[in-house]
Amino acid sequence: MRKEARERIAHTRKLAIEYMNPLTEIILIAVVTAIACALPGVFLVLRRMAMVSDAITHTVLLGIVLAFFVVRDITSPVLAIAAAAAGVATVALIELLHRTERIREDAAIGLVFPFLFSIAVILIARYAGNVHLDVDAVLLGELAFAPLDRYTLGDVDLGPRALWLMSGILLMSLLLLLLFYKELKLATFDAALAAALGFAPAALHYGLMSVVSLTAVGAFNAVGSVLVVALMVAPPAAAYLLTDRLSHMLVLSAAFGALAAILGCLAAFALDASLAGAMAVVTGLIFGAAWVFAPERGLLAQALRYARQRQEFAQAMLLVHLLHHEATPQEAVECDPSHLNEHLRWDAAFTAQILRRAEQRGLLVRQKDLITLTESGRRLAAQTLGGEG
Amino acid sequence: MTSEQPAIQITDLTVAYRDKPVLWDIDLTVPGGVLMGIIGPNGAGKTTLIKTILGLVRPAAGQVLIYGKPYAEQRRLVAYVPQRSSVDWDFPASVLDVVMMGRYGALGWFRRPGKRERELALEALARVGMREFAHRQISQLSGGQQQRVFLARALVQDAQVYFMDEPFQGVDATTERAIVGLLQDLRAAGKTVVVVHHDLQTVTEYFDWVALLNVRLVASGPVAEAFTEAALRATYGGRIAFLEGRLPDAGAGERRTGVVVSS
Repeated sequence: MRKEARERIAHTRKLAIEYMNPLTEIILIAVVTAIACALPGVFLVLRRMAMVSDAITHTVLLGIVLAFFVVRDITSPVLAIAAAAAGVATVALIELLHRTERIREDAAIGLVFPFLFSIAVILIARYAGNVHLDVDAVLLGELAFAPLDRYTLGDVDLGPRALWLMSGILLMSLLLLLLFYKELKLATFDAALAAALGFAPAALHYGLMSVVSLTAVGAFNAVGSVLVVALMVAPPAAAYLLTDRLSHMLVLSAAFGALAAILGCLAAFALDASLAGAMAVVTGLIFGAAWVFAPERGLLAQALRYARQRQEFAQAMLLVHLLHHEATPQEAVECDPSHLNEHLRWDAAFTAQILRRAEQRGLLVRQKDLITLTESGRRLAAQTLGGEG
Repeated sequence: MTSEQPAIQITDLTVAYRDKPVLWDIDLTVPGGVLMGIIGPNGAGKTTLIKTILGLVRPAAGQVLIYGKPYAEQRRLVAYVPQRSSVDWDFPASVLDVVMMGRYGALGWFRRPGKRERELALEALARVGMREFAHRQISQLSGGQQQRVFLARALVQDAQVYFMDEPFQGVDATTERAIVGLLQDLRAAGKTVVVVHHDLQTVTEYFDWVALLNVRLVASGPVAEAFTEAALRATYGGRIAFLEGRLPDAGAGERRTGVVVSS
């Protein structure tokens, strides 16, 4: 009896692993990957190096290929180290080209990474065609298959390799971030002071580039290099619009990355579409939402602010106009509500709106054919004029 | 006033970008406790001189000593205010965050700023009249306010020698006077202050020591001795015109100058 029950439980668990887990596992891998990308991404965005992430995520392939020719093992950790070295070399090469002052940085990026990437593509096509190194997989990743590649210890299933890999990279990022938060903050804001205080900004810079490269290697196994760029740039860029503290920006970026991963995966399951594609689209949508709706820096807030400023200024102009012609022979003409818009060259609706608001605020009184300033309106007009001098 | 050991001693210093010398064979000794202006035309190497002293630019020849030792051993004695435009003021940080960065050197690697650093930063902000801006985002500051924040950041370093690169660049007259007042307070407290400056009109008023620089060091010393018409002509070449009034002769009491530099 008890044996039977135990077997039934074991069977259910097996079913859960086979049918339930892959979806949750995919989401989990996506979330961990997104957070691991968002953290170094914050510093890339703040250092205006977003496009460098694009370069690195491609050129790490060259490191992987070259290392593979040496060790002949696609799962060897040497590949990750070589990939990180390739990423750092890419940044060094871009900076070398840029420093000769013969070429601008954007062009230097555009020269270096396609060159290194295409060497990698040729090497794969020519010498490694039969190995599991597939250019399509590099660009778009195969998140859907990630749960199939698992770590096992004897008979015990330890979970998908990608999850372990990305969790390790995320932990490393978090640890480095905790250790060097202050130093990274200073070196990013004011590299000269960082150097003067002895904080070796160049070492921090290349350390950061190594982390970006390692993250890119780990992530593009799962999600491909195009999505790595989206995950490194879009969540930090959205967070940048919503906060003015570095620590908040890091937390918010991680949250946006995780949100994009979850929503992207669910959308892809529902639509039976590409996981990487759906996640990239969601990161774009999140950034778009922040761009439009951010409370202070968003387009909407800005438009409202401009509209308010325009109204305030129009009201000030109106008050000054009234003050100017108050108790003069032209008063009857200049301060006639029905002709005011002609004098000010405003359209009638706008004039009516400004008049109504000013009246509501008790700045002026509207009679049948004359507008007169109240005491507070007069004071405000005088203040406006005084403030300009 | 001047201690036995000079605050800054520069010997045979040459800095070059490839084969183009930016600073040629500079020998400059600055005693402790002076407020010195580095004066010279654009491209004279004023900023490069400061950056070389701070080890940010590697010299082609020569050496710099701060109180008798290389800069790398004396970092804690030195505070630095870079040009305001050298940083991105849209960086996500508050005024307090930026001022606390001045304490990072004393904290060293790994240690985080805490309550003490916070208090020191607030104190420094009060000294520059920016206490109530402590929690303001730095992108919301005016040019003069940004400069005050940078000054506060240097103050919390609690250094012996202060280097400031164009602290009056693009600030209003009120801020300029406030900053000058602070610099003079620092000198009164026995600190050495070195300021890159390019307004000749105010040199005699602000500084007691001066270095005239145009790739080579033309003159240096107390303002009354070194800031002469001949030295200015040698520094600025033909691009200078002397208007009414005269430059101070050595020991002259009245120091009203009318100098313009035509560019």
